[in-house]
Amino acid sequence: MTGIPLFTGADWDFDKVRRVYDAVEDIAVNEMGLTTYPNQIEVITAEQMLDAYSSIGMPLMYKHWSFGKHFAQDETLYRKGMRGLAYEIVINSSPCISYIMEENSMAMQTLVIAHAAFGHNHFFKNNGLFRQWTDARGILDYMEFAKGYVGRCEERYGHQAVERVLDAAHALMSHGVHKYPRKRTPDLADEERRAAERLAYQEQMYNDLWRTVPKPAATKRGSEELAERKRRLGLPEENLLYFLEKMAPKLAPWQRELIRIVRKISQYFYPQKQTKMMNEGCATFTHYTIVNRLHEMGLLTDGAMLEILHSHTSVVFQPDFDDRRYSGLNPYALGFNMMSDIRRICESPTDEDRAWFPDFAGNSDPYGTLRQAWEDYRDESFVLQYLSPALIRKMRLFKIHDVSDDPDMEVTAIHNERGYREVRKALSRSYDIARLEPDIQIVDVDLAGDRRLIVHHMVESGMQLDEAEAIRVLRHIANLWGYEVRLIEIESGSETVLKTYDDIAPTTVM
Amino acid sequence: MNVIDRRLNPKGKSLANRQRFLRRARAQIVKAVREASGNRSIQDIANGEKISIPADGLREPTFRRAAHGGIRDYVVPGNRDFVEGDRIDKPEQQGGGDGGSEGSPDGEGQDDFAFVLSREEFLDIFLDDLELPDLVKKKMKQTESTTPVRAGYSVTGSPANINIVRTMRNSLSRRIALRRPKPAELAELEAEIMRLEESGEDPERLSALRVEFDRLVSKSKRVPYIDPFDVRYSRFEHVPKPITQAVMFCLMDVSGSMTEHMKDLAKRFFMLLFLFLSRRYQHVDVVFIRHTHEAQEVDEETFFYSTETGGTVVSTAFVEMQRVIHERYPVGDWNIYCAQASDGDNTSTDNPKTVGLLEDVILPACQYFAYIEVGAEYKDWLGRESDLWRTYKQILKPGGHLAMRRVRVRSQIFPVFRELFSKERNDSTTWAAGGEAP
Repeated sequence: MTGIPLFTGADWDFDKVRRVYDAVEDIAVNEMGLTTYPNQIEVITAEQMLDAYSSIGMPLMYKHWSFGKHFAQDETLYRKGMRGLAYEIVINSSPCISYIMEENSMAMQTLVIAHAAFGHNHFFKNNGLFRQWTDARGILDYMEFAKGYVGRCEERYGHQAVERVLDAAHALMSHGVHKYPRKRTPDLADEERRAAERLAYQEQMYNDLWRTVPKPAATKRGSEELAERKRRLGLPEENLLYFLEKMAPKLAPWQRELIRIVRKISQYFYPQKQTKMMNEGCATFTHYTIVNRLHEMGLLTDGAMLEILHSHTSVVFQPDFDDRRYSGLNPYALGFNMMSDIRRICESPTDEDRAWFPDFAGNSDPYGTLRQAWEDYRDESFVLQYLSPALIRKMRLFKIHDVSDDPDMEVTAIHNERGYREVRKALSRSYDIARLEPDIQIVDVDLAGDRRLIVHHMVESGMQLDEAEAIRVLRHIANLWGYEVRLIEIESGSETVLKTYDDIAPTTVM
Repeated sequence: MNVIDRRLNPKGKSLANRQRFLRRARAQIVKAVREASGNRSIQDIANGEKISIPADGLREPTFRRAAHGGIRDYVVPGNRDFVEGDRIDKPEQQGGGDGGSEGSPDGEGQDDFAFVLSREEFLDIFLDDLELPDLVKKKMKQTESTTPVRAGYSVTGSPANINIVRTMRNSLSRRIALRRPKPAELAELEAEIMRLEESGEDPERLSALRVEFDRLVSKSKRVPYIDPFDVRYSRFEHVPKPITQAVMFCLMDVSGSMTEHMKDLAKRFFMLLFLFLSRRYQHVDVVFIRHTHEAQEVDEETFFYSTETGGTVVSTAFVEMQRVIHERYPVGDWNIYCAQASDGDNTSTDNPKTVGLLEDVILPACQYFAYIEVGAEYKDWLGRESDLWRTYKQILKPGGHLAMRRVRVRSQIFPVFRELFSKERNDSTTWAAGGEAP
């Protein structure tokens, strides 16, 4: 207890915010070694926070009725007092914008600065997925462009026409991302070099005998044609929006551009979906560490610390499975617990930890170890790598196996020696985005024939699509595509067809 | 690090989204508003309304897995006494234990979408497609009512109208053209001179710099930052606004035969009419006349809230109306409307006079005359028409300006009101006497 508290009392002002920011920055950079985008902290009112909510948190967004719908919903819940507002919103951009609300007390602002401006910010800047998939410097400019473009389209082609395209594109938003980095198209020099290599290889392998081998039978023609067609169209394609944008025969250029805008935004949010738990964990761990240090240094009063801890505890609260409040694993809780656990393993490992995590147990460099984890992992791999038996015991995690025909569910693993790996694997898989979202691909279209689009859903573990919803989405696809669409659900292991949806024809002309 | 205060930024950034949402759900919202308005008092209506609409057409579908079926594994916290191999009953509905492998199960059971409409939005929708019939421009109002319309820029004007953007643009281009030295250049030069003065080296360059500095300073004095020449003003032209003059006469019977219930109905009707007029037409005068055996023009407050009692002589109201028209609203200049509410009783000797006045004086002066007959809640109307109804029916003819409706219970007021003022009225049905709403 050496320092003078940075502030006393609940009221905040800009001067205090600055002082607190500097103190927080000192700890974050010098003790934890965090690196961040430049920060921009914006103070907003509760109403503006509601506004920000409805446009998926972006400060700039094009206009669409669905945002109005969400706004009406949020507003109703908020006014009835059924739901509080988030304390902050943070945007993955450079500079990194954190919104803080004017209603918050100074203690809460401290918490928010540590949480958003350093925790989230560090994660955005350093995590591999974000670095690979999002362009933090360009996003705000792009949104500006998107907003203007949609506005101009509305003026020129009318609200309805724009709305139809956006509605359809929104329905496919979660299937509008590239999951793997795309192959770079080779440039001309590259192409020539490869052609030369191929020729050299063929010359080397030349054997006159091949000439005498009979040609494949004509029956193969069909499948060859199919293969050729698929190659030309880049099928199968799991990025439905990309395919429709590039290949839909009837769309006008501006409609393709609208699809592209939705696709870009979806791609921008793709890493966030895969790292929600880690991202929140990172931010929570950061704020917890920083405010504790501030308190130790005497920079926070006990009162402020208690207020922060109260808020912190409610954020990381994890109700048990049979609690009325239970609604899945709380990403804040799991993330924070795992990261605190990693620190414990680094600083004071048990024999068990040494056996499970030989490469970092007892290395007494918790922040370095965590920085490494934040950089290289996503939720799924993070759990698989770092969930320790100690934490499984602490949270008393157990695995339930549920088969739809069976009237009962079975407990297949609990927190014991036999169950650790099983629990860890199952939990990791539940964060795997490839398993969370149905695997839907466009597999074929006969451009010369009836132009019917054929879409496959590879059914994982018998989990089929919600039928009513699927038909609605198919209608949107048909509208964009301009011709009929057929969806076939196929069991992924056995290749048996589980369900075929009737061909769905477009209902409107785009 | 920047701290930016955005609190003063305009809120309601999502207003445009809200408008799009309302437009999208318009059909459902209109229906819900109509339904909601049936059971509410007018005061309530004027205060915005929570409505809920079916979610059809507002769905945002996505490909997602059904809530049931297949083989699922969950990892859940809080095990107390389970061991491997234990079997648990499935919870009644989904939700007991999903380890995040599910999207939120919304949209499934919850089919209605509830939200709050503001007062403005509610009234807009409620009063939409209502209008005063045959509102023609009898005469432009010759008043000072004009609206300023932007008309480019001018070099003169009042300081309040200075157009900063234009002015600064002119100033900038002039400064560039005349090569006005930039403050940064001057500062640089000055610093250089200071340095040379202090160090004392290179006196030749120092004097050259001093000359240059003086030249630049005098130049920047000669070429001002903003010249009066640069200044532009936004120019506005005043365009006269066409205004049609209209007056609505509200006539209400407040005699002893009107029960509280009837008065309530009549007042509700007029309240609605007043709300409609004051919202849709800025320039409609409203004249309130109430009558017993004598009539008197009263103000809004008295009309709606004070009580009186006496006999019934309907013609007095027409006389009073005639007087007011004569004094203040010459027929040639004004569109005149009239709405009358009564229980249908009249002193029988007065009927000929009433109908005479109506036919010869009132109807020719009016563009539209609506008669609302209010009745007791549980009265059998079949086969028995009131004096006034019968009397009015004589002069009712297709294509005339007279419309008659009966109202017995509160919930009929809104439909009747809509019928009387809806845009889609077509002559053959509307000008006829409407029966009772079922």
